[in-house]
Amino acid sequence: MTRDLPGVAHDAPAHVSGPHEAYLALLAEGVLGFQACGSCACVVFPPRGRCSGCGADALMWRASAGRGAVYSTTALSPRDKPPYAIVLIDLDEGYRMMSRIEGVDAEATRIDDRVSVRFTPAGEDVLPLFVPDRGDR
Amino acid sequence: MDERQLRGHTAIVGVAESDLGEVGPGVTALDLAEQAAGRALDDAGLSIADVDGLFTHSAFFPMPSVVLGERLGVRPRHSDSTATGGSSFLAHVRHAAAAIETGMCEVALIVYGSNQRSASGGLVSSGQNAIPSYEVPFGPRLPVSAYALAAARHMHEFGTSREQLAEVAVAARRWAQLNPVAFEQGDLTIDDVLGARTVSSPLTVRDCCLVTDGGGAVVITTSERARDLPRPPVFYLGGAEAHSHMSISQMPDLTRTAAAESGARAFDLAGLSPADVDVVQLYDAFTINVLLFLEDLGFCAKGEGGDFVSNGGIAPGGHLPVNTNGGGLSYCHPGMYGIFTLIEATRQIRGQAGDRQVPDSHVALAHGNGGMLSSQVTVLLGDASVL
Ligand SMILES: [Zn+2]
Repeated sequence: MTRDLPGVAHDAPAHVSGPHEAYLALLAEGVLGFQACGSCACVVFPPRGRCSGCGADALMWRASAGRGAVYSTTALSPRDKPPYAIVLIDLDEGYRMMSRIEGVDAEATRIDDRVSVRFTPAGEDVLPLFVPDRGDR
Repeated sequence: MDERQLRGHTAIVGVAESDLGEVGPGVTALDLAEQAAGRALDDAGLSIADVDGLFTHSAFFPMPSVVLGERLGVRPRHSDSTATGGSSFLAHVRHAAAAIETGMCEVALIVYGSNQRSASGGLVSSGQNAIPSYEVPFGPRLPVSAYALAAARHMHEFGTSREQLAEVAVAARRWAQLNPVAFEQGDLTIDDVLGARTVSSPLTVRDCCLVTDGGGAVVITTSERARDLPRPPVFYLGGAEAHSHMSISQMPDLTRTAAAESGARAFDLAGLSPADVDVVQLYDAFTINVLLFLEDLGFCAKGEGGDFVSNGGIAPGGHLPVNTNGGGLSYCHPGMYGIFTLIEATRQIRGQAGDRQVPDSHVALAHGNGGMLSSQVTVLLGDASVL
């Protein structure tokens, strides 16, 4: 069954305690992690301790390919920095996350645009931001 | 036991607002809660000594029902600080109906107070996270960006237009112009809404609720006792709660809220349908809310909310009176607006709504929203003619 789960199997990072810390540790390795359930095959995000689909203690870390489609988008224009787009992205592995689109005008992002992850340092952490796939709407 | 037995067994007997708008720096959230509670008990012809059930939620002080109990001098048999954001106070009504039915209390006081405008000038939301966020690091402006994402998706799926969203704000303003205590009274056009500063596209500042101070309170008791009190009883007919997510990124479908569940259950418990409702009070934190809730509660089909509100459809003189006090968009929004839907619904059924009174209001729907379209609570109220 494990073979049929989306994404690529990935060992849980060593020396971390909680699921959020594990997620951050994977990002630091350049891996966009999510979890899948070995019992019911549910895809789970954000990270947690037990499957929220079936309750089993059977979640396994998987690596996402970091590709997906924009589910919705909103542009913000703060006074003190350039406009940017906040998006919800449906990852190809079957889960949704919020992120920010880089490398294109904030207002140019459209629902259904295809996007890919770009790992971006942010303080001590790494943020999974996204860029548009050119000519691949 | 069947929840249907709660229908008509309890009634709202007192409602009141505190001072609203901008109360100034010397007045706390607790002061406003106290003021609203006292006025609602006066309205009910009851005193603090009658209260044995206390229900409240606050973004300003922890253990809110305990804090409020000390301030008011209430030592309740039943205490409830259910915290589902702006929908909390509608959940409190359902909890109070059940508690009164089972003898856990007899007179329930539901209270809210906030001085967010005077205290900070910004929206104060409850329970600032001590848990990791998978959204905040990207820089959304919450809550408005969450609602903007829902609006953008609704426009994409159903062809809802910017003008249709603006109709909601314009309708609210026209109702507010009939309500002497509404915060915003000036004329507002669709062009004004569209031309206002964009906060989080597609929403402009005129698609967003006000930031005001204010409090409110509701008193509920048995229908038997209600008949001996001065005001005409406003009976609890049914209520239901539902929540589907907390973070907007975890909302399964941005165009379908859990109001579809709370509404269907509330109507079933009350033995009513949307066609039976004379006046509607919806938590309009943002214009998109009203479209989503009109659809999810069954007043129109999914995707048709934009058409439903067009051409003044929910404004004075339209085909369905919605948010007759002016709503969170134009009347008052101290952060958790839900209690004001109950106050206005009660006044409409009593026939006390002055220039904005909807004729022949026998059944009212009050609907609360909490979080990021997260928690949805629907309450149906009616006069003696529908028992
Ligand atoms: Zn599972």
